[in-house]
Amino acid sequence: MKDWRIGIDVGGTNTDAVVLDNELNLVAAVKCPTTEDVMGGIRAAMAAALSQVEGAREHIGYAMLGTTHCTNAIVERKRLDRVAVIRLGAPATAAIKPMVDWPAELREAISDRWYLVGGGHEFDGREIAPLDTDELERIAVEIDGACDSVAITSVFSPVDASHEKRAAEIVRARLGADFPVSISSEIGSVSLLERENATILNAALVTVAKTTSESFVAALAAEGIEDAEVYLCQNDGTLMSAAYAMRYPILTIACGPTNSIRGASFLTGLKDAVVVDVGGTTADLGALTHGFPRESLLAVEIGGVRTNFRMPDIISIGLGGGSIVRKHDDGHVTVGPDSVGYQVLTRALCFGGDVLTATDIAVASGAAEGVGDPGKVADLDPGLVAAASAEMARMVEECVDKMKTSAGDIDVILVGGGSILIPDTLKGVRKVHKPENFGVANAIGSAISQVSGQIERIFSLDEMGRAEALAKAKELATEEAVKAGADPATIEIIDVEDVPLAYLPGNATRVRVKAVGSLRL
Amino acid sequence: MRIIGKREVEDMAVGAAVLASGGGGDPYIGKLMALQAIEEYGPFQMVTLDELDDDAWVCASHMLGAPTVLVEKVPNGREGVGAVDALEARLGRKFDAIMPLEAGGLNSLLPFQVAAAKGVPIVDADGMGRAFPELRHVTWTLFDVPACPAAVCDEKGDTVVIEAIDNAWAERLARNVAITTGGSVFMADYAMTGAQAKKTSIPGTSTYCEVVGRTIREAHEAGGDPIPVILELLKGKELFRGKLDDVSRRTVGGFVRGYAHFEGIDACHGRTCEIEFQNEHLIARSDGEVLCSAPDLIAVLDAETALPITTEGLKYGARGVVVGIPVHEHWRSPRGLEIAGPRYFGYDIDYVPVEQR
Repeated sequence: MKDWRIGIDVGGTNTDAVVLDNELNLVAAVKCPTTEDVMGGIRAAMAAALSQVEGAREHIGYAMLGTTHCTNAIVERKRLDRVAVIRLGAPATAAIKPMVDWPAELREAISDRWYLVGGGHEFDGREIAPLDTDELERIAVEIDGACDSVAITSVFSPVDASHEKRAAEIVRARLGADFPVSISSEIGSVSLLERENATILNAALVTVAKTTSESFVAALAAEGIEDAEVYLCQNDGTLMSAAYAMRYPILTIACGPTNSIRGASFLTGLKDAVVVDVGGTTADLGALTHGFPRESLLAVEIGGVRTNFRMPDIISIGLGGGSIVRKHDDGHVTVGPDSVGYQVLTRALCFGGDVLTATDIAVASGAAEGVGDPGKVADLDPGLVAAASAEMARMVEECVDKMKTSAGDIDVILVGGGSILIPDTLKGVRKVHKPENFGVANAIGSAISQVSGQIERIFSLDEMGRAEALAKAKELATEEAVKAGADPATIEIIDVEDVPLAYLPGNATRVRVKAVGSLRL
Repeated sequence: MRIIGKREVEDMAVGAAVLASGGGGDPYIGKLMALQAIEEYGPFQMVTLDELDDDAWVCASHMLGAPTVLVEKVPNGREGVGAVDALEARLGRKFDAIMPLEAGGLNSLLPFQVAAAKGVPIVDADGMGRAFPELRHVTWTLFDVPACPAAVCDEKGDTVVIEAIDNAWAERLARNVAITTGGSVFMADYAMTGAQAKKTSIPGTSTYCEVVGRTIREAHEAGGDPIPVILELLKGKELFRGKLDDVSRRTVGGFVRGYAHFEGIDACHGRTCEIEFQNEHLIARSDGEVLCSAPDLIAVLDAETALPITTEGLKYGARGVVVGIPVHEHWRSPRGLEIAGPRYFGYDIDYVPVEQR
């Protein structure tokens, strides 16, 4: 039976790989340095993990990858597709051009052509104008050969996506049935500019997602794994098939923290907690609610672009194993935010270096057995060690409190290599959990993930009633989850949210629903 | 006359969100429209009330409808101009300048694009000095300046001129036009002379927004805490510092009503604070005691960044500083309190200016 899984998570410092057997027992785990080309680190981690268990290769049926390829492409402005941007909404919307407040280099790297075409809908589903199909046919000819990808955004497409879908058909009729076309109703929610931005970024990442999946498949093949099902991790802590990822590459952004959160949940069996992932430079805090990472409700910036697609609610603070500890003239002690990062293994005092780091404090206070040489930090002033330890606890306590949704104490799960820094008791925390294998929680999270579908629409509750609207929304979310690869029999609705909208008739309400199911095996 | 460029517009957008008192819609769209208008028409010309001739003609310009629609059905830039054109045609004369209706939120920056497209200056003044939920909540109403004739224009070019019996009916009729045309329209109304504008408007509010935004930006650049500086600037008062632990919203009669509950931190530890809102924040109470009420402004600023948090952006765990800001004297008159005081919004308490509480 090929029913084992290999999970890989690419982080800023390390690339981790784990192998899980058919009962989800951890049978292999490794950490390798992340390489500049990313794929080198993935290949190395995969090879090392597979060689830990004899015969593992024959059992692997599923391969999951959580990677930073898409984020890096946006940040570095490299390997991006050229996108033709089409907005359907004339005569409305001309007062703000597409991409107007983007960083100039990113705009130049992605697109130099955009079109505003008659079409789009009102909030209640009426047409603003009929879709100008003649103009779309003319545009299709003009962009043929001049772009790699197309982004189409129609006004109020979260209410009615028919114009976007028709426009995509017209473009594909000329450019080819497989030509990458991203439509906004599948990417973001209400707010035209933010949704359009997310759609354009998505369109620009299609080739990056494609080469990532292909090189992952090739790397598996090089290890003798030929017919595994391949999945990429999304930023809500669930998986998508490689084919789905090529349509929605933007959903892979920020999947690292969510993998940690899911892995922490799996390792402890907890469904509601705050997860603190402490690395070399930063600690990322996320909330685990009903077994999944909580989403941010606010507009998020990616590479300097304001977008509104779903992103995890993560707080990062400058506290990691390499954080530099200082005693100031007035006597107070600070930790971070600057860090020696991955050089902690050579520059920290306990490893024979000359920089006082957070790791040295943990070693000196006896909290990090087996790390470095305690003799090298034995001379540290006990007052300084105590003050720095208290400061680290305070930093985490404050952030944990920010992530809470109610006043009571909650559970905290510590994961990541730097979690030795955090004490076993924290204020406002019921219990601090440090699971076994905490160092590779992220790769475990990628391997055990489920599959989700989500929708966000505006409904008129006067027309259909709240119960009917919610039922419709749940049905649509379930359909999305099945499309993404979930087993229909296992699908659960894990999140329902409805927000009334001001100054609109008919009790207009924005409804957001998320459905999750197990992988269809 | 002062020239307003992109930097000033960016600062104004931040300040306008503070003066929005939690509502008013996100100034983001207005900012982007203003920035694109600068590229198209050059920097804006802004005049003070004093610089207006007494016999000059000015009108107010603003959007009306759902901010949620405006962020989706973005304007094309002709709606505001179309409304002013229609009002000019009705009155048979041209306006010499355009004035914002509302200094807080979305409507603070939208009129800049309209003025630039009309080729006239924008007036550094408005009719609210903050954001309010209704068209008639302007100081102009206190001095019997009628909203009508009022012109409404949509993005398709449809225009309607409203001749209503009073400002409340003007609002009712305009909202129905807005709903019919898709939820968001631009209006031109409150036509008045320069002499009337000087007597009845709140002066200097765009500059006020700009200074607030600039203060926050400069404090960030210098790494300092902007909140004390802003409080001094606005003559405001820190009412409470807390962590948001409960928020509730529901739609009643087209408005979003609800409350936000804070648990005290730092010096407020052990106390609680509740803010009630109807689009804008109306009243802040702590353990039964009123800290501040409409028409004074109540803003919630992020404890770290000092950036204002809107009623829509309030979420669990947010660290907020609740700030009370004295409203302009016009609103503290008996007539001002009648249309925008606590009793108008359903709170049976006497208004006490925030600085006297």
